[in-house]
Amino acid sequence: MKIRRMSNSYLLWTMLVLGGTLFIGGCAKEKASRGRTGVEVGRSDIMDAALKTYVAPGDMDEYYLFYSGGHSGQIYVAGVPSMRHISTIPVFTPYPGTGYGFDDESKAMLGGFKWGDSHHPALSETNGDYDGRWLFINDNAQGRIARIDLKDFKTKQILKVPNISANHGSSFITPNTEYITMSTRMSVPIPLGSYADVDEYAEKYKGIVAGIKIDPEDGNMSLGWEVLVPPFNYDLGDAGKNVSDGWFFWTCYNSEREFIEGAKLEVTASQRDKDFILAVNWREAEKAVKAGKGKMIDGAPVLMPKDIPGAIYFMPLAKSPHGVDVAPPSGKYIVGSGKLSPTATVFNWEKALAAIKAKDYEDVVDDIPVLTYTSIMEAEVPVGLGPLHTQYDGKGFAYTSLFVESAIAKWRVSEPWDVVDKIPVAYNVGHLVTAEGKTVDPDGNYMVSLNKLSKGRHLSVGPSIPESAQLIDISGEKMKLLYDAFTEPEPHYAVMIKADKINPIEVYKKEDSHNPNAIWSDDEVRVERKGKKVEVWMIAVRSFFAPDVVRVNEGDEVVVHITNIEQTRDELHGFAINDYDLNIVIDPGETKSVTFKADKPGVWPFYCTNFCSALHQEMQGYLLVKPKK
Amino acid sequence: MKKMFDAISNFFNLPLNLQSRIVIVIAAIFIIPAFFFPLWNMEFWSTQYPEGLDMYIYSYRLDSGDDGNDLNEINILNHYIGMAEIVEEDFTEFKWLPLALLIFIFISLRAAVFGTMGKLVDAFFLFLYFGAYSLWTFGYRLYSYGHNLDPRAAVNLEPFTPPLFGFKQVGQFRVWSYPDTGTYFLFGFVILLLVAAWLSRNEQKTSDDSHASLKQKNKTE
Repeated sequence: MKIRRMSNSYLLWTMLVLGGTLFIGGCAKEKASRGRTGVEVGRSDIMDAALKTYVAPGDMDEYYLFYSGGHSGQIYVAGVPSMRHISTIPVFTPYPGTGYGFDDESKAMLGGFKWGDSHHPALSETNGDYDGRWLFINDNAQGRIARIDLKDFKTKQILKVPNISANHGSSFITPNTEYITMSTRMSVPIPLGSYADVDEYAEKYKGIVAGIKIDPEDGNMSLGWEVLVPPFNYDLGDAGKNVSDGWFFWTCYNSEREFIEGAKLEVTASQRDKDFILAVNWREAEKAVKAGKGKMIDGAPVLMPKDIPGAIYFMPLAKSPHGVDVAPPSGKYIVGSGKLSPTATVFNWEKALAAIKAKDYEDVVDDIPVLTYTSIMEAEVPVGLGPLHTQYDGKGFAYTSLFVESAIAKWRVSEPWDVVDKIPVAYNVGHLVTAEGKTVDPDGNYMVSLNKLSKGRHLSVGPSIPESAQLIDISGEKMKLLYDAFTEPEPHYAVMIKADKINPIEVYKKEDSHNPNAIWSDDEVRVERKGKKVEVWMIAVRSFFAPDVVRVNEGDEVVVHITNIEQTRDELHGFAINDYDLNIVIDPGETKSVTFKADKPGVWPFYCTNFCSALHQEMQGYLLVKPKK
Repeated sequence: MKKMFDAISNFFNLPLNLQSRIVIVIAAIFIIPAFFFPLWNMEFWSTQYPEGLDMYIYSYRLDSGDDGNDLNEINILNHYIGMAEIVEEDFTEFKWLPLALLIFIFISLRAAVFGTMGKLVDAFFLFLYFGAYSLWTFGYRLYSYGHNLDPRAAVNLEPFTPPLFGFKQVGQFRVWSYPDTGTYFLFGFVILLLVAAWLSRNEQKTSDDSHASLKQKNKTE
């Protein structure tokens, strides 16, 4: 086992990290609400905060906030500034509340998985600004990416991409929704399923970054290209805009490229003072794949770095970096946060392009040139301890989350590159999001701090504690805390979009229905048997199902196509069959199909689960399963 | 007695002057919107329908708010009290109303062409009968819907008549029923006929045709 000598800076950082943790842990009780200056921490001016966040009954919020649901696999929708949770969009996990994952279509989409780890939502863009069409989100666990249509807030596609392992550097989108990123955070031998011991990590394990192509008409995603990269851990990403348009950026840690059994990755991956940002030109990658340069691995066209000379570079960045965030509106500055370095490093992409032109390299790693740090770096901003992510306000300032320090630093994205304000948050902020803060036109009024710990900020619910999301007013010179909201596990990133950019439908219009199994009246109700398969075309309307008796034989395969023939907003109907472990919910005008095997003989009631009317309780019927002789 | 009859027949024989005839033509034009705009509007409001449910009765069809879905919604709600579904096919009025309106255009133009008070009075009273009958048939339809309730319906309600004109509370619904644009134009039609009659009230009865009397009048001016 290799033991490295700890560098001085590593020792210092260990102390600081430990110190921060100890401070939070040890002094929380006495000092949680008192900061250095004696000012109350995590408190706000009640009158000011109340006026700014109170949305009166019947009034609407200004913004949609889409939080990722982390290992719940879902997306949560809230309104800003009230921070009220409005709805949950099931994405990677079945959700009986909307019947997601029970009907044939969504079940097929989930591909047999019971969960996903949704991390980074991305809104579709036109000319670098949100257009309110689609929402994308990655699955950090299963190498998947999903698309939600914002016309009906439903998951429409889940794409599983070969060779990607732990898709964390995703989903980051180009300014005209051409491509969206995926990447491997935990290198493995490829194709997935290949075997090699961790002893062979450096040689046999591979990193992959990928560009997922998005159909501009319907948003359909397909794999565009993959690039095989060294077995580092590709962490977070972003897409360039304007000056940096055409480039994807990913931070990576573990450029030590090793996984030593028992030596703890947290130690071994923290040895080098600098890791990297990987920059890939997606237009060139697209061309290279079109030119047939990709090697097919598990059905995916995989490019080697040498296939795309001039289109792939490393930028050195301190140390074990996490977020990389392109600064609007020009896209000239690219900010990398060194998780174990107290700085946000600002790169100047114009300088980087000059360095590329001049072949100003300080190293070459696996055929990937490393641009000379001092040639491309514009500023190292001393933001504070544990910087993770950066957002913008459109007024010349950046906001960087400080995990270790439990604070957000506001700093000037220009000379003298100084920190102008800092606000403590409760506690340990991961991502943060400002209103439309990564578009070319940030709104600069609200910011939400997505905190990992919330202890003592809400009624105690035992040891399993919700996450906290704090709304902060960034309209003035000083940041002001406005509101604490709590969510189920576990928002990572979120996006905030002006409410009027999204125009959802209210019902599925009968005339727009193209489902061949849709029926719209009593007359069309029917049951057909073909051998051992029984197909039922059913309607649901206040307050009955037709047919309300379905007779099958034990062992039959049963398919129920059920149309909610309502055209009235909010008149949803559920369809559950007791003891058959299924519940679907059909929206007004929607048709869903559910297939199951009638393997339990007996009499099984089915009923409407989504309360619909005064006679909702009567909305029931019977599945009669005749036993085998 | 004879004097009175003479006065009446003299009145009926009064020629219509040009102004009257123009006003009658305008009146006839006022019928046209009745083909395009609803004649009657019923609104249903309750707490859970803050935007209200709207039903519009045209001369030849039914329409409703929310792209036609409000009628569907009204029917869904009515099925709980056993009311028959309100469907266009049941309204026999839709078959003869447009034709009747068309006829009234001709009847009124006839008065303008022939130019006698009698023809104008014909048009006026025929239309009043027509209006009264239309209202009665509409009222009877409302009565029928409210009184032929399925006795096996989930919710038993005393038979009722939805309001023909004005407001009524029906269950959880506050129901308003009022004439709509088309009817206001038809009302205008009636008023204009009265105006036309008024304008020619002082015309002299002549044995000549009305053109002659007009010429005469123009000369005197």
